[in-house]
Amino acid sequence: MIFAFDIIILIFLVVAAIISLSVKDLLSSAMIFGIYGFLICLLWAEMGAVDVAFTEAAVGAGVSAVFFIATIYNTRRRSSD
Amino acid sequence: MLTKVFATIAVVITGGLLLYGVSDFPAFGDPHSPANAGVGNEESISQYFITQTYKDTKVPNIVTAVLADYRGYDTMFETVVIFAAGIAIFAILRVTGNEAEKKSIKPPLDSSINGDHQRIIVGTTCRIVIPVVQMFALYVVAHGHHSPGGGFQGGVILGASFILVAMSEDLNAALRRFSEKTYLTLACVGILIYAGFGLMCQFLERNFLDYGILQKVLFTDGPEMARSHSMLGVEVGVAFTVTAIMFAIYANLSSRGVLKNGL
Amino acid sequence: MSEFIQTNVQPYFNFWIYVVLMMIGLWALIAKNNLIKKLIGMSIFQTAIILFYVSLGVKDGSTIPILDHHGPEHHETADAGHDDVHEKEHGKKAEPHHADDHVGPNPDTIANPLPHVLMLTAIVVGVSTLGVALAIGQMIFKEFGTLEENEILEQIKAGNVDD
Repeated sequence: MIFAFDIIILIFLVVAAIISLSVKDLLSSAMIFGIYGFLICLLWAEMGAVDVAFTEAAVGAGVSAVFFIATIYNTRRRSSD
Repeated sequence: MLTKVFATIAVVITGGLLLYGVSDFPAFGDPHSPANAGVGNEESISQYFITQTYKDTKVPNIVTAVLADYRGYDTMFETVVIFAAGIAIFAILRVTGNEAEKKSIKPPLDSSINGDHQRIIVGTTCRIVIPVVQMFALYVVAHGHHSPGGGFQGGVILGASFILVAMSEDLNAALRRFSEKTYLTLACVGILIYAGFGLMCQFLERNFLDYGILQKVLFTDGPEMARSHSMLGVEVGVAFTVTAIMFAIYANLSSRGVLKNGL
Repeated sequence: MSEFIQTNVQPYFNFWIYVVLMMIGLWALIAKNNLIKKLIGMSIFQTAIILFYVSLGVKDGSTIPILDHHGPEHHETADAGHDDVHEKEHGKKAEPHHADDHVGPNPDTIANPLPHVLMLTAIVVGVSTLGVALAIGQMIFKEFGTLEENEILEQIKAGNVDD
Protein backbone atom coordinates (compact mmCIF):
# COMPACT_ATOMS: atom_id res chain seq x y z
CA MET A 1 0.00 0.00 0.00
CA ILE A 2 1.66 3.18 -1.23
CA PHE A 3 -0.08 6.39 -0.26
CA ALA A 4 1.01 8.50 -3.27
CA PHE A 5 -0.15 5.80 -5.70
CA ASP A 6 -3.44 5.61 -3.80
CA ILE A 7 -4.08 9.35 -4.08
CA ILE A 8 -3.37 9.46 -7.81
CA ILE A 9 -5.66 6.55 -8.65
CA LEU A 10 -8.46 7.77 -6.35
CA ILE A 11 -8.44 11.21 -7.94
CA PHE A 12 -8.47 9.68 -11.42
CA LEU A 13 -11.40 7.51 -10.28
CA VAL A 14 -13.50 10.49 -9.27
CA VAL A 15 -12.63 12.28 -12.52
CA ALA A 16 -13.53 9.20 -14.62
CA ALA A 17 -16.83 8.76 -12.76
CA ILE A 18 -17.84 12.39 -13.28
CA ILE A 19 -16.84 12.41 -16.97
CA SER A 20 -18.64 9.14 -17.73
CA LEU A 21 -21.82 10.58 -16.20
CA SER A 22 -21.58 13.98 -17.92
CA VAL A 23 -20.72 12.94 -21.50
CA LYS A 24 -23.78 13.14 -23.75
CA ASP A 25 -22.68 10.40 -26.13
CA LEU A 26 -23.64 7.13 -24.46
CA LEU A 27 -21.00 5.11 -26.34
CA SER A 28 -18.20 7.29 -24.96
CA SER A 29 -19.89 7.09 -21.59
CA ALA A 30 -19.71 3.28 -21.67
CA MET A 31 -16.05 3.34 -22.75
CA ILE A 32 -15.11 5.76 -19.97
CA PHE A 33 -16.94 3.49 -17.57
CA GLY A 34 -14.60 0.74 -18.80
CA ILE A 35 -11.63 2.99 -17.96
CA TYR A 36 -13.14 3.49 -14.50
CA GLY A 37 -13.26 -0.30 -14.13
CA PHE A 38 -9.57 -0.68 -15.00
CA LEU A 39 -8.60 2.06 -12.54
CA ILE A 40 -10.50 0.25 -9.78
CA CYS A 41 -8.76 -2.96 -10.81
CA LEU A 42 -5.37 -1.20 -10.35
CA LEU A 43 -6.44 0.02 -6.93
CA TRP A 44 -7.40 -3.47 -5.81
CA ALA A 45 -4.20 -5.03 -7.11
CA GLU A 46 -2.32 -2.42 -5.10
CA MET A 47 -4.38 -3.24 -1.97
CA GLY A 48 -3.35 -6.90 -2.24
CA ALA A 49 -6.74 -8.17 -3.39
CA VAL A 50 -5.43 -9.92 -6.50
CA ASP A 51 -8.43 -12.18 -7.03
CA VAL A 52 -10.86 -9.29 -6.83
CA ALA A 53 -8.68 -7.26 -9.20
CA PHE A 54 -8.62 -10.12 -11.69
CA THR A 55 -12.40 -10.44 -11.53
CA GLU A 56 -12.89 -6.72 -11.99
CA ALA A 57 -10.52 -6.66 -15.00
CA ALA A 58 -12.51 -9.44 -16.67
CA VAL A 59 -16.01 -8.46 -15.57
CA GLY A 60 -16.24 -4.77 -14.73
CA ALA A 61 -13.98 -3.45 -17.43
CA GLY A 62 -14.55 -6.03 -20.13
CA VAL A 63 -17.94 -7.69 -20.11
CA SER A 64 -20.09 -4.97 -18.55
CA ALA A 65 -18.83 -2.39 -21.07
CA VAL A 66 -19.73 -4.84 -23.84
CA PHE A 67 -23.25 -5.25 -22.38
CA PHE A 68 -23.68 -1.48 -22.34
CA ILE A 69 -22.52 -1.26 -25.97
CA ALA A 70 -24.91 -4.03 -27.01
CA THR A 71 -27.82 -2.16 -25.44
CA ILE A 72 -26.81 1.20 -26.90
CA TYR A 73 -26.58 -0.44 -30.35
CA ASN A 74 -30.22 -1.51 -30.04
CA THR A 75 -31.54 1.71 -28.53
CA ARG A 76 -30.34 5.29 -28.99
CA ARG A 77 -26.85 6.68 -28.76
CA ARG A 78 -27.64 10.25 -27.76
CA SER A 79 -28.59 11.20 -24.24
CA SER A 80 -30.27 14.44 -23.20
CA ASP A 81 -28.02 15.04 -20.21
CA MET B 1 -34.61 21.19 -12.48
CA LEU B 2 -36.47 20.56 -9.22
CA THR B 3 -35.18 16.99 -9.28
CA LYS B 4 -31.60 18.23 -9.47
CA VAL B 5 -32.07 20.56 -6.50
CA PHE B 6 -33.67 17.77 -4.50
CA ALA B 7 -30.92 15.32 -5.52
CA THR B 8 -28.19 17.77 -4.52
CA ILE B 9 -29.77 18.34 -1.10
CA ALA B 10 -30.19 14.61 -0.48
CA VAL B 11 -26.64 13.84 -1.62
CA VAL B 12 -25.10 16.62 0.49
CA ILE B 13 -26.94 15.52 3.63
CA THR B 14 -26.19 11.81 3.17
CA GLY B 15 -22.59 12.47 2.18
CA GLY B 16 -22.05 14.79 5.13
CA LEU B 17 -23.35 12.20 7.56
CA LEU B 18 -21.18 9.49 6.03
CA LEU B 19 -18.08 11.72 6.09
CA TYR B 20 -18.80 12.48 9.73
CA GLY B 21 -19.04 8.76 10.44
CA VAL B 22 -15.69 8.07 8.76
CA SER B 23 -13.81 9.74 11.64
CA ASP B 24 -14.81 6.87 13.94
CA PHE B 25 -13.31 4.21 11.68
CA PRO B 26 -10.07 2.40 12.44
CA ALA B 27 -7.27 3.87 10.33
CA PHE B 28 -6.86 2.60 6.78
CA GLY B 29 -4.41 -0.32 6.77
CA ASP B 30 -4.47 -0.94 10.51
CA PRO B 31 -3.58 -4.65 11.07
CA HIS B 32 -5.28 -4.62 14.49
CA SER B 33 -8.67 -3.26 13.48
CA PRO B 34 -11.66 -5.37 14.57
CA ALA B 35 -12.20 -6.67 11.05
CA ASN B 36 -8.63 -7.95 10.82
CA ALA B 37 -7.70 -9.04 14.32
CA GLY B 38 -11.01 -9.69 16.05
CA VAL B 39 -12.28 -8.16 19.27
CA GLY B 40 -10.45 -8.83 22.52
CA ASN B 41 -8.31 -11.93 22.76
CA GLU B 42 -10.52 -14.04 20.54
CA GLU B 43 -9.02 -15.13 17.24
CA SER B 44 -11.02 -13.69 14.34
CA ILE B 45 -12.34 -15.92 11.58
CA SER B 46 -10.04 -14.35 9.00
CA GLN B 47 -7.00 -15.15 11.16
CA TYR B 48 -8.23 -18.72 11.36
CA PHE B 49 -8.44 -18.84 7.55
CA ILE B 50 -4.92 -17.46 7.15
CA THR B 51 -3.26 -19.79 9.63
CA GLN B 52 -5.23 -23.00 9.08
CA THR B 53 -6.18 -23.08 5.39
CA TYR B 54 -2.99 -24.70 4.19
CA LYS B 55 -3.11 -27.30 6.93
CA ASP B 56 -6.79 -28.09 6.28
CA THR B 57 -6.85 -28.17 2.50
CA LYS B 58 -3.31 -27.99 1.03
CA VAL B 59 -4.42 -25.06 -1.12
CA PRO B 60 -2.05 -22.06 -1.12
CA ASN B 61 -4.60 -19.57 -2.48
CA ILE B 62 -6.64 -18.72 0.61
CA VAL B 63 -9.32 -16.89 -1.36
CA THR B 64 -10.11 -19.93 -3.50
CA ALA B 65 -10.14 -22.20 -0.47
CA VAL B 66 -12.56 -19.99 1.47
CA LEU B 67 -14.70 -19.45 -1.63
CA ALA B 68 -15.10 -23.07 -2.63
CA ASP B 69 -14.75 -24.92 0.66
CA TYR B 70 -15.43 -22.98 3.87
CA ARG B 71 -18.12 -20.84 2.26
CA GLY B 72 -19.14 -23.36 -0.40
CA TYR B 73 -22.85 -23.09 0.33
CA ASP B 74 -22.75 -19.33 -0.27
CA THR B 75 -20.88 -19.71 -3.55
CA MET B 76 -23.27 -22.36 -4.78
CA PHE B 77 -26.23 -20.05 -4.41
CA GLU B 78 -24.31 -17.13 -5.90
CA THR B 79 -23.97 -19.35 -8.95
CA VAL B 80 -27.70 -20.01 -8.82
CA VAL B 81 -28.29 -16.24 -8.77
CA ILE B 82 -26.22 -15.90 -11.96
CA PHE B 83 -28.23 -18.73 -13.52
CA ALA B 84 -31.48 -17.04 -12.46
CA ALA B 85 -30.32 -13.77 -14.03
CA GLY B 86 -29.68 -15.58 -17.30
CA ILE B 87 -33.13 -17.18 -17.20
CA ALA B 88 -34.69 -13.80 -16.36
CA ILE B 89 -33.14 -12.24 -19.45
CA PHE B 90 -34.38 -15.19 -21.47
CA ALA B 91 -37.90 -14.56 -20.11
CA ILE B 92 -37.77 -10.80 -20.71
CA LEU B 93 -36.22 -10.55 -24.16
CA ARG B 94 -36.41 -13.82 -26.06
CA VAL B 95 -38.91 -13.92 -28.92
CA THR B 96 -39.51 -16.76 -31.37
CA GLY B 97 -41.60 -17.57 -34.42
CA ASN B 98 -43.68 -14.87 -36.12
CA GLU B 99 -42.78 -12.12 -33.73
CA ALA B 100 -39.11 -12.77 -34.37
CA GLU B 101 -39.59 -12.20 -38.11
CA LYS B 102 -41.17 -8.82 -37.41
CA LYS B 103 -38.55 -7.68 -34.94
CA SER B 104 -35.54 -9.00 -36.80
CA ILE B 105 -32.83 -6.39 -37.13
CA LYS B 106 -31.73 -5.60 -40.66
CA PRO B 107 -28.60 -7.54 -41.52
CA PRO B 108 -25.37 -5.54 -41.66
CA LEU B 109 -24.80 -3.81 -44.99
CA ASP B 110 -21.99 -6.06 -46.09
CA SER B 111 -21.88 -9.23 -44.07
CA SER B 112 -19.73 -11.17 -46.53
CA ILE B 113 -16.23 -11.68 -45.27
CA ASN B 114 -14.64 -11.97 -48.71
CA GLY B 115 -13.60 -8.64 -50.13
CA ASP B 116 -14.46 -6.69 -47.02
CA HIS B 117 -11.18 -5.14 -45.99
CA GLN B 118 -12.17 -4.18 -42.46
CA ARG B 119 -13.41 -7.66 -41.72
CA ILE B 120 -10.21 -9.23 -43.01
CA ILE B 121 -8.06 -7.41 -40.48
CA VAL B 122 -10.41 -7.82 -37.54
CA GLY B 123 -11.40 -11.37 -38.44
CA THR B 124 -7.85 -12.62 -38.91
CA THR B 125 -6.63 -11.01 -35.71
CA CYS B 126 -9.49 -12.49 -33.73
CA ARG B 127 -8.98 -15.92 -35.26
CA ILE B 128 -5.42 -15.88 -33.95
CA VAL B 129 -6.27 -14.38 -30.56
CA ILE B 130 -9.37 -16.40 -29.63
CA PRO B 131 -7.65 -19.80 -29.13
CA VAL B 132 -5.05 -18.15 -26.92
CA VAL B 133 -7.79 -16.48 -24.87
CA GLN B 134 -9.59 -19.78 -24.43
CA MET B 135 -6.43 -21.62 -23.41
CA PHE B 136 -5.74 -18.87 -20.88
CA ALA B 137 -9.29 -19.18 -19.54
CA LEU B 138 -8.86 -22.92 -19.01
CA TYR B 139 -5.52 -22.26 -17.29
CA VAL B 140 -7.20 -19.74 -14.97
CA VAL B 141 -9.88 -22.27 -14.03
CA ALA B 142 -7.48 -25.17 -13.52
CA HIS B 143 -4.79 -23.17 -11.73
CA GLY B 144 -7.09 -21.26 -9.40
CA HIS B 145 -5.62 -23.02 -6.36
CA HIS B 146 -2.10 -21.75 -6.79
CA SER B 147 -2.51 -18.36 -8.46
CA PRO B 148 -5.22 -15.71 -8.69
CA GLY B 149 -8.16 -17.06 -10.59
CA GLY B 150 -10.83 -19.66 -10.31
CA GLY B 151 -14.22 -20.54 -11.70
CA PHE B 152 -15.71 -17.07 -11.87
CA GLN B 153 -12.77 -15.38 -13.60
CA GLY B 154 -12.07 -18.26 -15.97
CA GLY B 155 -15.75 -18.55 -16.84
CA VAL B 156 -16.02 -14.87 -17.63
CA ILE B 157 -12.91 -14.98 -19.85
CA LEU B 158 -14.19 -18.07 -21.66
CA GLY B 159 -17.57 -16.39 -22.18
CA ALA B 160 -15.80 -13.26 -23.42
CA SER B 161 -13.95 -15.32 -26.02
CA PHE B 162 -17.30 -16.39 -27.50
CA ILE B 163 -18.48 -12.78 -27.35
CA LEU B 164 -15.33 -11.91 -29.30
CA VAL B 165 -16.34 -14.42 -31.99
CA ALA B 166 -19.76 -12.77 -32.16
CA MET B 167 -18.27 -9.28 -32.45
CA SER B 168 -15.56 -10.08 -34.97
CA GLU B 169 -17.76 -12.07 -37.37
CA ASP B 170 -21.44 -11.91 -36.46
CA LEU B 171 -23.80 -13.42 -33.94
CA ASN B 172 -24.79 -16.28 -36.25
CA ALA B 173 -21.18 -17.47 -36.45
CA ALA B 174 -20.93 -17.53 -32.67
CA LEU B 175 -24.28 -19.31 -32.34
CA ARG B 176 -23.16 -21.99 -34.79
CA ARG B 177 -20.34 -22.84 -32.38
CA PHE B 178 -22.29 -22.33 -29.14
CA SER B 179 -25.99 -22.68 -29.83
CA GLU B 180 -28.84 -21.73 -27.54
CA LYS B 181 -29.53 -25.33 -26.63
CA THR B 182 -25.86 -25.90 -25.79
CA TYR B 183 -25.46 -22.92 -23.54
CA LEU B 184 -28.66 -23.48 -21.61
CA THR B 185 -27.68 -27.12 -21.07
CA LEU B 186 -24.18 -26.07 -20.02
CA ALA B 187 -25.55 -23.59 -17.48
CA CYS B 188 -27.69 -26.31 -15.89
CA VAL B 189 -24.83 -28.83 -15.97
CA GLY B 190 -22.57 -26.39 -14.10
CA ILE B 191 -24.96 -26.06 -11.18
CA LEU B 192 -25.62 -29.80 -11.19
CA ILE B 193 -21.88 -30.50 -10.94
CA TYR B 194 -21.64 -28.20 -7.94
CA ALA B 195 -24.72 -29.64 -6.23
CA GLY B 196 -23.56 -33.14 -7.17
CA PHE B 197 -20.39 -32.73 -5.13
CA GLY B 198 -22.52 -31.66 -2.19
CA LEU B 199 -24.94 -34.54 -2.58
CA MET B 200 -22.09 -37.02 -2.91
CA CYS B 201 -20.88 -35.94 0.53
CA GLN B 202 -24.39 -36.50 1.87
CA PHE B 203 -24.54 -40.00 0.43
CA LEU B 204 -21.31 -40.73 2.29
CA GLU B 205 -23.01 -39.66 5.52
CA ARG B 206 -21.47 -36.25 5.98
CA ASN B 207 -22.88 -32.75 5.72
CA PHE B 208 -23.68 -31.11 2.40
CA LEU B 209 -20.43 -29.88 0.76
CA ASP B 210 -18.19 -31.38 3.46
CA TYR B 211 -15.55 -32.51 0.98
CA GLY B 212 -13.19 -34.33 3.35
CA ILE B 213 -15.11 -37.59 3.11
CA LEU B 214 -14.70 -37.70 -0.67
CA GLN B 215 -11.28 -39.30 -0.24
CA LYS B 216 -13.14 -42.62 -0.43
CA VAL B 217 -14.29 -41.77 -3.94
CA LEU B 218 -11.31 -39.79 -5.21
CA PHE B 219 -8.67 -42.21 -3.78
CA THR B 220 -6.48 -39.46 -2.33
CA ASP B 221 -3.95 -39.67 0.47
CA GLY B 222 -6.06 -37.89 3.05
CA PRO B 223 -9.02 -35.59 3.53
CA GLU B 224 -6.84 -32.54 2.69
CA MET B 225 -6.15 -33.59 -0.87
CA ALA B 226 -9.78 -34.68 -1.26
CA ARG B 227 -10.84 -31.16 -0.35
CA SER B 228 -8.33 -29.70 -2.78
CA HIS B 229 -9.55 -31.85 -5.67
CA SER B 230 -13.22 -31.27 -4.85
CA MET B 231 -12.57 -27.53 -4.98
CA LEU B 232 -11.27 -27.96 -8.52
CA GLY B 233 -14.45 -29.86 -9.35
CA VAL B 234 -16.84 -27.22 -8.09
CA GLU B 235 -14.77 -24.48 -9.74
CA VAL B 236 -15.29 -26.26 -13.07
CA GLY B 237 -19.03 -26.28 -12.39
CA VAL B 238 -19.01 -22.56 -11.62
CA ALA B 239 -16.98 -21.91 -14.79
CA PHE B 240 -19.54 -23.78 -16.95
CA THR B 241 -22.47 -21.75 -15.60
CA VAL B 242 -20.70 -18.40 -15.80
CA THR B 243 -19.46 -19.04 -19.36
CA ALA B 244 -22.91 -19.99 -20.59
CA ILE B 245 -24.77 -17.17 -18.86
CA MET B 246 -22.32 -14.45 -19.92
CA PHE B 247 -22.68 -15.48 -23.55
CA ALA B 248 -26.47 -15.85 -23.18
CA ILE B 249 -26.80 -12.33 -21.80
CA TYR B 250 -24.72 -10.89 -24.63
CA ALA B 251 -26.55 -12.84 -27.35
CA ASN B 252 -29.98 -11.76 -26.11
CA LEU B 253 -29.01 -8.14 -25.50
CA SER B 254 -27.28 -7.63 -28.84
CA SER B 255 -30.08 -9.09 -30.98
CA ARG B 256 -33.13 -7.97 -28.95
CA GLY B 257 -33.91 -11.59 -28.18
CA VAL B 258 -34.14 -12.72 -31.80
CA LEU B 259 -30.75 -14.46 -31.73
CA LYS B 260 -30.16 -13.61 -35.38
CA ASN B 261 -28.18 -10.86 -37.11
CA GLY B 262 -27.12 -9.22 -33.89
CA LEU B 263 -24.23 -6.87 -33.30
CA MET C 1 2.54 19.92 7.72
CA SER C 2 3.59 16.45 6.67
CA GLU C 3 2.91 15.25 10.20
CA PHE C 4 -0.59 16.70 10.02
CA ILE C 5 -1.22 14.84 6.76
CA GLN C 6 0.10 11.61 8.22
CA THR C 7 -2.15 11.67 11.29
CA ASN C 8 -5.30 13.30 9.96
CA VAL C 9 -5.47 12.71 6.20
CA GLN C 10 -3.69 9.48 5.39
CA PRO C 11 -5.81 7.13 7.57
CA TYR C 12 -9.12 8.44 6.21
CA PHE C 13 -8.43 9.73 2.69
CA ASN C 14 -9.53 6.49 1.05
CA PHE C 15 -12.81 6.45 2.96
CA TRP C 16 -13.52 10.06 2.01
CA ILE C 17 -13.09 9.25 -1.66
CA TYR C 18 -15.37 6.21 -1.35
CA VAL C 19 -18.07 8.45 0.13
CA VAL C 20 -17.58 10.91 -2.73
CA LEU C 21 -17.87 8.12 -5.32
CA MET C 22 -20.96 6.75 -3.60
CA MET C 23 -22.58 10.16 -3.62
CA ILE C 24 -21.74 10.65 -7.32
CA GLY C 25 -23.58 7.38 -8.00
CA LEU C 26 -26.53 8.35 -5.82
CA TRP C 27 -26.78 11.76 -7.50
CA ALA C 28 -26.81 10.11 -10.92
CA LEU C 29 -29.51 7.67 -9.81
CA ILE C 30 -31.78 10.51 -8.69
CA ALA C 31 -31.04 13.37 -11.06
CA LYS C 32 -29.99 11.88 -14.40
CA ASN C 33 -32.68 11.70 -17.04
CA ASN C 34 -31.40 8.88 -19.23
CA LEU C 35 -31.95 5.33 -18.01
CA ILE C 36 -28.53 4.09 -19.23
CA LYS C 37 -26.89 6.94 -17.29
CA LYS C 38 -28.84 5.86 -14.23
CA LEU C 39 -27.47 2.34 -14.63
CA ILE C 40 -23.90 3.65 -14.91
CA GLY C 41 -24.54 5.61 -11.71
CA MET C 42 -25.80 2.45 -10.05
CA SER C 43 -22.64 0.59 -11.07
CA ILE C 44 -20.48 3.40 -9.64
CA PHE C 45 -22.41 3.20 -6.36
CA GLN C 46 -21.86 -0.55 -6.31
CA THR C 47 -18.12 -0.34 -6.94
CA ALA C 48 -17.80 2.27 -4.17
CA ILE C 49 -19.36 -0.15 -1.70
CA ILE C 50 -17.16 -3.01 -2.89
CA LEU C 51 -14.10 -0.75 -2.56
CA PHE C 52 -15.10 0.01 1.02
CA TYR C 53 -15.39 -3.68 1.89
CA VAL C 54 -12.06 -4.61 0.31
CA SER C 55 -10.26 -1.75 2.04
CA LEU C 56 -11.43 -3.07 5.43
CA GLY C 57 -9.13 -6.03 4.85
CA VAL C 58 -6.00 -4.03 4.05
CA LYS C 59 -3.08 -4.36 6.46
CA ASP C 60 -0.03 -2.13 6.29
CA GLY C 61 2.96 -3.93 4.82
CA SER C 62 0.99 -7.10 4.12
CA THR C 63 1.28 -9.36 1.11
CA ILE C 64 -1.36 -11.01 -1.10
CA PRO C 65 -3.43 -13.85 0.39
CA ILE C 66 -1.61 -16.60 -1.51
CA LEU C 67 0.77 -18.64 0.60
CA ASP C 68 4.23 -19.73 -0.36
CA HIS C 69 4.22 -22.83 -2.52
CA HIS C 70 6.56 -24.72 -0.22
CA GLY C 71 4.25 -24.46 2.72
CA PRO C 72 4.00 -22.37 5.85
CA GLU C 73 7.33 -23.38 7.41
CA HIS C 74 9.23 -21.54 4.72
CA HIS C 75 7.03 -18.51 5.29
CA GLU C 76 7.65 -18.42 8.97
CA THR C 77 11.41 -18.19 8.70
CA ALA C 78 11.18 -15.46 6.09
CA ASP C 79 8.97 -13.38 8.35
CA ALA C 80 10.90 -13.82 11.60
CA GLY C 81 11.74 -10.48 13.15
CA HIS C 82 9.90 -8.69 10.39
CA ASP C 83 7.98 -6.30 12.60
CA ASP C 84 9.00 -6.26 16.20
CA VAL C 85 6.53 -3.56 17.22
CA HIS C 86 3.64 -6.01 17.44
CA GLU C 87 5.79 -8.82 18.78
CA LYS C 88 3.81 -9.11 21.97
CA GLU C 89 0.45 -9.61 20.28
CA HIS C 90 1.90 -12.23 18.00
CA GLY C 91 3.22 -14.24 20.84
CA LYS C 92 -0.16 -14.16 22.49
CA LYS C 93 -2.20 -14.89 19.38
CA ALA C 94 0.00 -17.63 18.02
CA GLU C 95 0.22 -19.45 21.32
CA PRO C 96 -2.67 -21.96 20.87
CA HIS C 97 -1.18 -23.30 17.62
CA HIS C 98 2.26 -23.97 19.01
CA ALA C 99 1.01 -27.29 20.27
CA ASP C 100 0.52 -28.41 16.65
CA ASP C 101 3.26 -29.69 14.39
CA HIS C 102 3.88 -26.37 12.70
CA VAL C 103 2.66 -22.82 13.11
CA GLY C 104 0.72 -21.27 10.27
CA PRO C 105 1.83 -18.03 8.65
CA ASN C 106 1.70 -14.86 10.70
CA PRO C 107 -1.80 -13.36 10.16
CA ASP C 108 -0.55 -9.79 10.30
CA THR C 109 1.62 -10.19 7.22
CA ILE C 110 -1.13 -11.40 4.91
CA ALA C 111 -4.12 -9.37 3.71
CA ASN C 112 -7.50 -10.35 5.13
CA PRO C 113 -9.00 -12.83 2.63
CA LEU C 114 -12.60 -12.75 3.85
CA PRO C 115 -13.73 -9.44 2.26
CA HIS C 116 -12.07 -10.53 -1.00
CA VAL C 117 -14.18 -13.69 -1.10
CA LEU C 118 -17.42 -11.87 -0.35
CA MET C 119 -16.79 -9.15 -2.92
CA LEU C 120 -15.52 -11.46 -5.66
CA THR C 121 -18.90 -13.10 -5.97
CA ALA C 122 -20.65 -9.74 -5.57
CA ILE C 123 -18.90 -8.41 -8.68
CA VAL C 124 -19.94 -11.33 -10.88
CA VAL C 125 -23.51 -11.32 -9.56
CA GLY C 126 -23.53 -7.54 -10.08
CA VAL C 127 -22.74 -7.84 -13.77
CA SER C 128 -25.45 -10.44 -14.37
CA THR C 129 -28.05 -8.31 -12.63
CA LEU C 130 -26.79 -5.36 -14.71
CA GLY C 131 -27.62 -7.52 -17.72
CA VAL C 132 -31.18 -7.97 -16.45
CA ALA C 133 -31.49 -4.20 -15.95
CA LEU C 134 -30.26 -3.55 -19.49
CA ALA C 135 -32.76 -6.10 -20.83
CA ILE C 136 -35.59 -4.26 -19.05
CA GLY C 137 -34.21 -1.04 -20.55
CA GLN C 138 -34.48 -2.53 -24.03
CA MET C 139 -38.08 -3.53 -23.36
CA ILE C 140 -38.85 0.01 -22.20
CA PHE C 141 -37.31 1.34 -25.40
CA LYS C 142 -39.45 -1.03 -27.44
CA GLU C 143 -42.59 0.11 -25.59
CA PHE C 144 -42.02 3.88 -25.56
CA GLY C 145 -39.39 4.49 -28.24
CA THR C 146 -37.17 6.42 -25.86
CA LEU C 147 -34.97 6.01 -22.81
CA GLU C 148 -35.48 9.55 -21.42
CA GLU C 149 -37.35 9.47 -18.17
CA ASN C 150 -39.39 12.66 -18.68
CA GLU C 151 -40.63 11.55 -22.11
CA ILE C 152 -41.67 8.17 -20.71
CA LEU C 153 -43.55 9.86 -17.86
CA GLU C 154 -45.32 12.17 -20.33
CA GLN C 155 -46.43 9.22 -22.42
CA ILE C 156 -47.74 7.44 -19.33
CA LYS C 157 -49.64 10.55 -18.21
CA ALA C 158 -51.19 10.95 -21.66
CA GLY C 159 -52.47 7.38 -21.34
CA ASN C 160 -50.41 6.38 -24.34
CA VAL C 161 -49.80 2.85 -23.10
CA ASP C 162 -51.34 -0.16 -24.69
CA ASP C 163 -52.37 -2.79 -22.19
